[in-house]
Amino acid sequence: MLKNITLGQYFPGNTIVHRLDPRTKLILVIVYIAALFTAYSYVSYALMLVVLASCMALSAIRPATAFRGLKPVLLIVVLTAVLNLLYTGGTHVIVKFWVFTITWEGVRRAVFMVLRIMMLITGTFLLTYTTSPVALTDGLELLLDPLKKLRVPVHEISMMMSMALRFIPTLIEETDKIISAQKARGADFETGSLIQRAKALLPVLVPLFVSAFRRADELAVAMESRCYHGGEGRTRMNRLVWHRRDTAALLLGLALLAGMIVLRRFGL
Amino acid sequence: MEAIVQAEQLTFTYAPDKPPVLEGLNLAIEPGSFVAVLGHNGSGKSTLAKHMNASLLPSGGRMLVAGIDTADEALTLEIRRTVGMVFQNPDNQLVANVVEDDVAFAPENLGVPSDEIRRRVDRALELVGMQDYRLHAPHLLSGGQKQRVAIAGVLAMQPKCIVLDEPTAMLDPAGRREVVDTVTRLCRQEQVTIILITHHMDECIGADRLIVMSDGSVIADGTPGAVFSQVERMRAAGLDVPETTELLWRLNQSGFSLPLDALTTSDCAQAIAAALHKIKEYTDGACH
Repeated sequence: MLKNITLGQYFPGNTIVHRLDPRTKLILVIVYIAALFTAYSYVSYALMLVVLASCMALSAIRPATAFRGLKPVLLIVVLTAVLNLLYTGGTHVIVKFWVFTITWEGVRRAVFMVLRIMMLITGTFLLTYTTSPVALTDGLELLLDPLKKLRVPVHEISMMMSMALRFIPTLIEETDKIISAQKARGADFETGSLIQRAKALLPVLVPLFVSAFRRADELAVAMESRCYHGGEGRTRMNRLVWHRRDTAALLLGLALLAGMIVLRRFGL
Repeated sequence: MEAIVQAEQLTFTYAPDKPPVLEGLNLAIEPGSFVAVLGHNGSGKSTLAKHMNASLLPSGGRMLVAGIDTADEALTLEIRRTVGMVFQNPDNQLVANVVEDDVAFAPENLGVPSDEIRRRVDRALELVGMQDYRLHAPHLLSGGQKQRVAIAGVLAMQPKCIVLDEPTAMLDPAGRREVVDTVTRLCRQEQVTIILITHHMDECIGADRLIVMSDGSVIADGTPGAVFSQVERMRAAGLDVPETTELLWRLNQSGFSLPLDALTTSDCAQAIAAALHKIKEYTDGACH
């Protein structure tokens, strides 16, 4: 039952967005977020929406899939909308009841905030939808490379990330087995109060942790046996190659950010 | 010819107050040979294996790998690329999400140039017959396939010797066959020295040499046929003999005199048939 969990939400494909270098995509996401926070008028929000929609169209990700990613944050979105609606002061009052006043400014602000959160999440999810976790860690390692001079263990961090990704399916499988074994001995995971159910998970977590530590130990020996000695002098079989399309995409992204800043200057 | 792996009075204890796991062990393994090491749990065979790539260092005596003393820490990498290790649990030795990335792990660590890594990975996957799975996720493969990927991962270092520490213990019979066939082929065709540690008798039959360990020392050493013929001695060490030897031995107990070194089913059948033929001739002769 746990096997159905999709990992990192990567949807393999061969579109231009998929083929972009992970480094480009990581930088573009940051640029996109910056641009999104610069936007503050109807015109600029509309522009951002067009950009997001065209990126999504290029990546061939179905809008339904993208919106599914919004589900977990629905509560935050609703809360933001309500709070902004009720607590924004202004002169153009629409309705007034009890202690609340709803103004035009409030409506406008609520709509913008909701749009901003939704576009923020959809945009960043587009990155994980179109980039495999391995490519993402590789890209991150290369992007953070300059930090090595500051003694940040960049290689180690990225190795840990890729190792964690490698072992997620293995540990999920193991959890399934332990749950079945405990059920066979009469453990009850489905009934009782929330606290009782949380307590019932303890006999699953303890063996899982013990075995995870044993695995880690064996893995360390196996890695050393294959001459692993940290990132020093390490080469890669598949080096990331920077293409002309990456430069082009990056320039477009920067142009967008510049455009947004200019728009804001003109009060749009 | 210089031995690829040589133990000289090798002694090892995990703690000074504990009894030694290995005691005064002497062993020399010839390059290019297929050696099986047999022993029950706690006989010290895995501890011996860990000495062969400097994962453990001797408490006493010496361990030489291709002439290098494993105690020389400056040369540990050199030792590990000469002697590759395959372990029992296939899940805990695969490091990447894609088969070919996993095979590339060791040469990447060694700083081999990218195009050379690509060549080595393709060759290694071809040698273990896993080239069609190069873009698969390891956790979706069968146990035998995972172990073959693990062997390919070691082959990519281009080692002179591969030590397999109970590689079949967690596999089904089909997976065990796959692994043993693969290493046998590597030994015969690519002249890679194979040291197969196991507790399955039938996996030792194809080996050039069989070493039996018990309580930290070698109790029998020779061709599989010669070693298994010493049925009483094997029993005393808490080990069984292959079913073929067992059958021949029991027949001998009841009066036959059959050769005990007929290990394969067909050799065994032939030995029995020959004996029966002799009896038939004898009784036929007596009747006339």
